[in-house]
Amino acid sequence: MGFLTYLVNGLSLGSVYALIALGYTMVYGIAKMLNFAHGDVIMIGAYVVFMCMSNSGMPAVVSIVISIVCCTALGMIIEKIAYKPLRKATNLAVLITAIGVSYFLQNMALMIFGSNPVSFTSVINWEGLSFADGALKITGNAIVTIITCVVIMIVLMWFVKNTKPGQAMRAVSEDKDAAVLMGINVNATISLTFAIGSGLAAIAGALLCSSYPSLTPYTGSMPGIKAFTAAVFGGIGSIPGALVGGLLLGIIEILARAYISSQLADAIVFAVLIIVLLVKPTGILGKQIKEKV
Amino acid sequence: MSLLEVTNLGISFGGLRAVDEFNLTIEQGELYGLIGPNGAGKTTVFNMLTGIYQPTDGKIFLDGKDITGKKTAEINKAGIARTFQNIRLFGDQSVLDNVKIGLHNSFDYGTATGIFRLPKYFNVEKAMDEKALEILSVFGLDKEADVLASNLPYGKQRELEIARALATNPKLLLLDEPAAGMNPNETKDLMNTIALIRKEFGVTILLIEHDMKLVSGICEKLTVLNFGRVLSQGQTTDVLNDPEVIKAYLGE
Amino acid sequence: MKKLNKSTQKLITTLAVIVVLYIVMSIMDGTGNLSSLMSGLLVPVCAYSLVAVGLNLCVGYLGELSLGHAGFMCVGAFTSAFFSKLFQDSIPDVPRFILALVIGTLMAALFGFLIAIPVLRLSGDYLAIVTLAFGEIIKNVINVLYVGVDSNGLHFSIKDQMSLGMEPTGKMLVNGAQGITGTPRQSTFTIAVLLLIIALIVTHNFVNSRTGRAVKAIRDNQIAAETVGLPVTKYKLVAFTISAAIAGVGGVLYAHNINSLTATTNNFGYNMSIMILVYVVLGGIGNFSGSVIAAVVLTMLPEMLRGLSTYRMLIYSIVLIVLMLFNWAPAILKWREEHGITTAAIVGKFKKTKEVR
Repeated sequence: MGFLTYLVNGLSLGSVYALIALGYTMVYGIAKMLNFAHGDVIMIGAYVVFMCMSNSGMPAVVSIVISIVCCTALGMIIEKIAYKPLRKATNLAVLITAIGVSYFLQNMALMIFGSNPVSFTSVINWEGLSFADGALKITGNAIVTIITCVVIMIVLMWFVKNTKPGQAMRAVSEDKDAAVLMGINVNATISLTFAIGSGLAAIAGALLCSSYPSLTPYTGSMPGIKAFTAAVFGGIGSIPGALVGGLLLGIIEILARAYISSQLADAIVFAVLIIVLLVKPTGILGKQIKEKV
Repeated sequence: MSLLEVTNLGISFGGLRAVDEFNLTIEQGELYGLIGPNGAGKTTVFNMLTGIYQPTDGKIFLDGKDITGKKTAEINKAGIARTFQNIRLFGDQSVLDNVKIGLHNSFDYGTATGIFRLPKYFNVEKAMDEKALEILSVFGLDKEADVLASNLPYGKQRELEIARALATNPKLLLLDEPAAGMNPNETKDLMNTIALIRKEFGVTILLIEHDMKLVSGICEKLTVLNFGRVLSQGQTTDVLNDPEVIKAYLGE
Repeated sequence: MKKLNKSTQKLITTLAVIVVLYIVMSIMDGTGNLSSLMSGLLVPVCAYSLVAVGLNLCVGYLGELSLGHAGFMCVGAFTSAFFSKLFQDSIPDVPRFILALVIGTLMAALFGFLIAIPVLRLSGDYLAIVTLAFGEIIKNVINVLYVGVDSNGLHFSIKDQMSLGMEPTGKMLVNGAQGITGTPRQSTFTIAVLLLIIALIVTHNFVNSRTGRAVKAIRDNQIAAETVGLPVTKYKLVAFTISAAIAGVGGVLYAHNINSLTATTNNFGYNMSIMILVYVVLGGIGNFSGSVIAAVVLTMLPEMLRGLSTYRMLIYSIVLIVLMLFNWAPAILKWREEHGITTAAIVGKFKKTKEVR
């Protein structure tokens, strides 16, 4: 039964990774950049929920909506100020700028909220289910997290496939120059992608901190890096890949924590990343992109 | 034995057959032209010959040696050098250094020798400088040896790319649209330069070109590609008078 | 060849400035005119400069961003400190330090080489993230590592001190999260400056050698580099390994300057990698002297202006973003061109003010 509990916890953590990974993978697919600051948007989102719920006593749903609005705006502002001017610059310049933004968000949060962890109240007020006379307990957090993730994933895949903006996103990710010629507003599409990714980050932040309630300005950075790992794992640029990668990574991490060593769990997760990239650099569901000669 | 022998070369990208049943024989010392409409697969052939793409079918022999599927760097060492349609220089380095990079495999000293500046470093560097300047002077680029490659005017960048390719001491030189973007005067100069390097370096040349004047002026033999297949092949005058070729170029 | 002279001239100027600074600092330190805080920073500054020089080789010449150079520094620090601790009583000081330096450097190089094999097949963002992952792995592993020595030899564990099963007279070498304590403090300012000078000469000579040219060619255009017959993977490996080795030297210096060596996020983790990256970017990508200047200024300045230290990280991040936009955004570059604010013009202005003084 212990194993099953771990598996469910792994799925739950993996769902959060998948949600975060979506933000990375969509931005990567469309803007061809690694948005290093994405993990820190999660942290900001979690702080917004915390401020609304614990400090102002708002209901959970309202808090999350406010957080989504804030993060969406933040994501779009970051894109506009820091990334858009560098769209035609080298990858290295964009990457270093993104690191700068990540660092900026962390240190802003540090100044506003301080370095002491705050205790996050779960947005999910449900005990959960228990099976086999309490031998297998599944927390409400885990259930809601997994279901939320799956629903969002399905909606997003439908959105990308069937709506006009979604098709524009696919077109831009395929070939930016051709998309321009087809009359697609590339700037608006990239902006929209950042908006969606950051909005999802707010949800991910609330869910992550519901399960792991200690919130600090650095809360987002490790899950952010791991979620990027998940995105790479599943094949960057692919939405189902983010789901598969996220879930697998979550399960690996929880099992490693339970059966090998809690201190080495992160090391094991990263080792998995390195091995995956060694064996299949494009990830599980990714496809090879070759430079045109 | 022919210098280059290509048999039944073909490549598919997904479901698209970009080049199919491509055959080509080039003799030592020839100046050979590869022509055809846009998208006919000419550059793809170059990419297969230089190992940038792996052909799906067929064989490539250089001087009787099978080089099919070899890595790009290995193919260069075997004796094929090339230029690119969209110029690919080492933009952040000087004109001289671009050629010295081409000379990389002809001269040798180890990394440690370079770091500790042993006497061998100075001797070899001096020899490399001399050789590089010698090659540059063929193109009249020796005066610009210290200029940053990306600061050269367009036409000279093309020439520098040829100089760099020649520095690797190839048996076969592939030129991908060397006259692209040049005005008639520059094209004329280029024709003279190509004739000159053929004489000076004794190198066999295969070139892709759109400019019919250039092709008919200097190439001895031609292959015409259309939709990835050989449309016509042979002596320049015969090929250019081939009704199939005229049809492909002028429409029906 | 004129260009070569120019870069050699610049190297000589930098080295001269370093020597002058070294003499001034040594005299001030010797006569007690240097605050204990500043005097304590002399060796760490050199260590950071070394890591920055190493990283700059990777970013500026290989053209790849590594976020794991703190990891190589960490490897250099821990392997050399481990060696010094193990042979504290059996090898005399001087040869032991030299050996520790060699071992720390070689181990960092070895790790650089091993990590580079898978990593360099990737590029850009992937490389950045994998090097970051590597740095975190190193840090995590060291934090759970327990090593002790007694008359029966070495004992290892990744659980705790007890499970080593040592004799009571045994000596702890690496104590998990507490790291290595009591490493002989042999990194003097003189040694630090000497190593920094050697690193600057080595990197300068390297980038101006046959191999260095090949590395730069690969950075500028990998496909073209392949078509002129350069073994791309080999030279990437060489450059990355040297870069890691130099970071390792920084680690050795760092380890032999402090009493208690631990692997935390701030000294060997992600934060350190970012701090070093800030030095590299601020000093100018591809400009080794610049990295040293940035490391010195950014380490000394906040310590001198005490009030600033709270905002230090915030200021770093803003500087990083603004500088990247200023130097790389096409629109801003165009604006600078139009208003005559090019890099050459800025440098020229600085030179003039210097002459006036």
